Amino acid sequence: MRLPTRVLIADLTARRFTVEDRADLFQYYIGGAGVAINLLREYCPEGADPLGSENPIVFAVGPLVGLYPLASKTVAMFKSPLTGNLGESHAGGRSAVAIRSAGYGAIVIRGASESPVYLSIDDKGVHFRDASGIWGIASSVTTGRIIRELETGAGTRTIMRIGGAGERLVRYASVITETYRHFGRLGLGAVFGSKKLKAVTVTGNHGFEVSDRRLYREAYDDIYKRAVESPVMKKYHDIGTSSNIMPLNLQKGLPTMNLTATTSPDAERISGEILAEHYLGRRVACAHCPVACIHIAALREPYEKEPYFYKTTMIPYDYELIYALGSMLGVFDEKAMLHLIDDVEIWGLDAMSTGVALAWATEAQEKGLITQKETLGLNLRWGDQPTYAKAVEHIVKQPNDFYSALARGVEKASAIYGGAGFALAFGGNEMPGYHTGPVGYVGYLTGARHSHLDAAGYSIDQAALNGKLPDPKAAAAKLFKEEAWRQILSSLVVCFFARGIYDKDTVQKTLETAGHHKVSPESLDKIGVEILREKNSFKKREGFKPRDLRIPERVFETPSPLGKVDEKYLRESVEEFYRLLYA
Amino acid sequence: MTRLAVVDADRCVGCQLCMFACNRRFGEGGLAKSAIRVRSAGGFERGFVVVACRACPDPPCLKVCPVDALESRKGGGVILKAGKCIGCHRCAEACPVHAVFWDDEANKPNICVHCSYCVKYCPHEVLAMKEAEQL
Repeated sequence: MRLPTRVLIADLTARRFTVEDRADLFQYYIGGAGVAINLLREYCPEGADPLGSENPIVFAVGPLVGLYPLASKTVAMFKSPLTGNLGESHAGGRSAVAIRSAGYGAIVIRGASESPVYLSIDDKGVHFRDASGIWGIASSVTTGRIIRELETGAGTRTIMRIGGAGERLVRYASVITETYRHFGRLGLGAVFGSKKLKAVTVTGNHGFEVSDRRLYREAYDDIYKRAVESPVMKKYHDIGTSSNIMPLNLQKGLPTMNLTATTSPDAERISGEILAEHYLGRRVACAHCPVACIHIAALREPYEKEPYFYKTTMIPYDYELIYALGSMLGVFDEKAMLHLIDDVEIWGLDAMSTGVALAWATEAQEKGLITQKETLGLNLRWGDQPTYAKAVEHIVKQPNDFYSALARGVEKASAIYGGAGFALAFGGNEMPGYHTGPVGYVGYLTGARHSHLDAAGYSIDQAALNGKLPDPKAAAAKLFKEEAWRQILSSLVVCFFARGIYDKDTVQKTLETAGHHKVSPESLDKIGVEILREKNSFKKREGFKPRDLRIPERVFETPSPLGKVDEKYLRESVEEFYRLLYA
Repeated sequence: MTRLAVVDADRCVGCQLCMFACNRRFGEGGLAKSAIRVRSAGGFERGFVVVACRACPDPPCLKVCPVDALESRKGGGVILKAGKCIGCHRCAEACPVHAVFWDDEANKPNICVHCSYCVKYCPHEVLAMKEAEQL
């Protein structure tokens, strides 16, 4: 078996599955995002309720998975319950290798179960397992621990699961895999919850042939060498993504206290350097990745009433988590911040959306838009982690209308309670941790997922610190080109951190050895643009209108490292992006 | 003769490059033919266990093979004569460290030959080749 072209379709309503060969899709769209958007279009009816049984979940991997390093991502697509539009989220861990080893290129989960269920998937298909005994377990960690004992495949399987947030349909609930990786953004966890789907495990033991063994080994060694010698990869290995805290704080681009500030004298306490020095307990890698960017803090603390009785909690940290649950909330005590990360992990929430939601709520309470009546007696204040921890629990359990609204994201909550000017969401998705300048925001607004990873506009801003900011049209063209190319990377399912290693030449070579037909650099560009257009045409079909994009005023009020962000620049650049897209 | 040794499992990040390397000896992707395995020690938070052949001087796997498909390897461990193997799984069951893995497609065991290929691809100094030593 060469290319992963088989698609497993599991129907939760009928408790049946089928397998189809979709070489038609994989041969042209490669895999990952390119295949997933096509499957989503086929399986998701127009106007589907994101939490209805008609919303499918698509997982797709690509032809380089299991063959080459740094190509172990799984792309999930679904209709997002947070934005009501395209949901796309990527995760690594062992998910992609497991899916391909089980003999599949993609998995589609349709329908909804009446009673709690988890799926155990192998090369024979789907086993529908009763999950009524584990439904209601609030912790994603405990859920993983239980299923680990129930299923085979230790070492090569993936266990994707939800915690309490997914069960309670928090619109930004995540799906956790291998304890520390996430389909974090846009609410896949709530889609799982709406289907009464507690977990999906996948395991398999198939090998994959290559077209030319000698060329395969040569291409492998070339990539491996560049990966272990690259300074960029060393950065991700040593301190990790959290090495960005100090430079952003210095540049005054670190969103702080709901973006009322962009820097803090206390930021060093939550920096990657301090965390590495005092807390780093373990580094972990996704399957087939020599970099091991996953940094885990070991937090050793005494139990309050028992002397000499300690517990050590292993808590993952990354730049975005530190931003969202640290600086954005004014939580600069590193232990307090780690506790908040831990809570969010256990409940299975998206850290970024949760942090931004709490930041909005804090300011709304400060301004009197909400009172203790809404917060159920909580006095949300910057830096007050114990209170934030209680609020997080309320977001999950939604004991009143206010927390129900907050569990729907800041866009919805601010529409009810006011404060839209400081409700920091773009396209309905809560903002990432870069207040670097205008291009970053154009990226959040125009990106198909409204994510900083769609086209990394912040890096164009950062380059302009020592150079020249492109004009709005040039910026749009750059973003468009980058986002189109990233469709190829996420169809190969190459990690974006390895984008410097997988240049066009490497992509061509690796695809060929994987048994894929020859693809010229020009056609790679063309396919990338096509995938981007297909994602956006899905969005259009589901009611997305670029003209309706809301920009919270806060963005213009707080100066960025490039000075005040100019609304005209943003509008002009956004317009140009959509002109290029629909051209 | 040297043998594969797990010298520091605490440095292991679970990247599984060793597993992929082992499989790549056959010019294939995936893990079907791999004779080494890295699994978590009961969840990623607890670190990793590297399961590899110890190159026993008196291998239990060899002793239970009903068709003499496993032959003693100089320096410890065994060599598989695949033509003789009937796929009965007894070797896998006999190995106390569970280091005999299975190629489901071929229905044969994956036996470590201590070739050192995996060591070359371990970026974190978990694996090394060592002289066999007695306690």
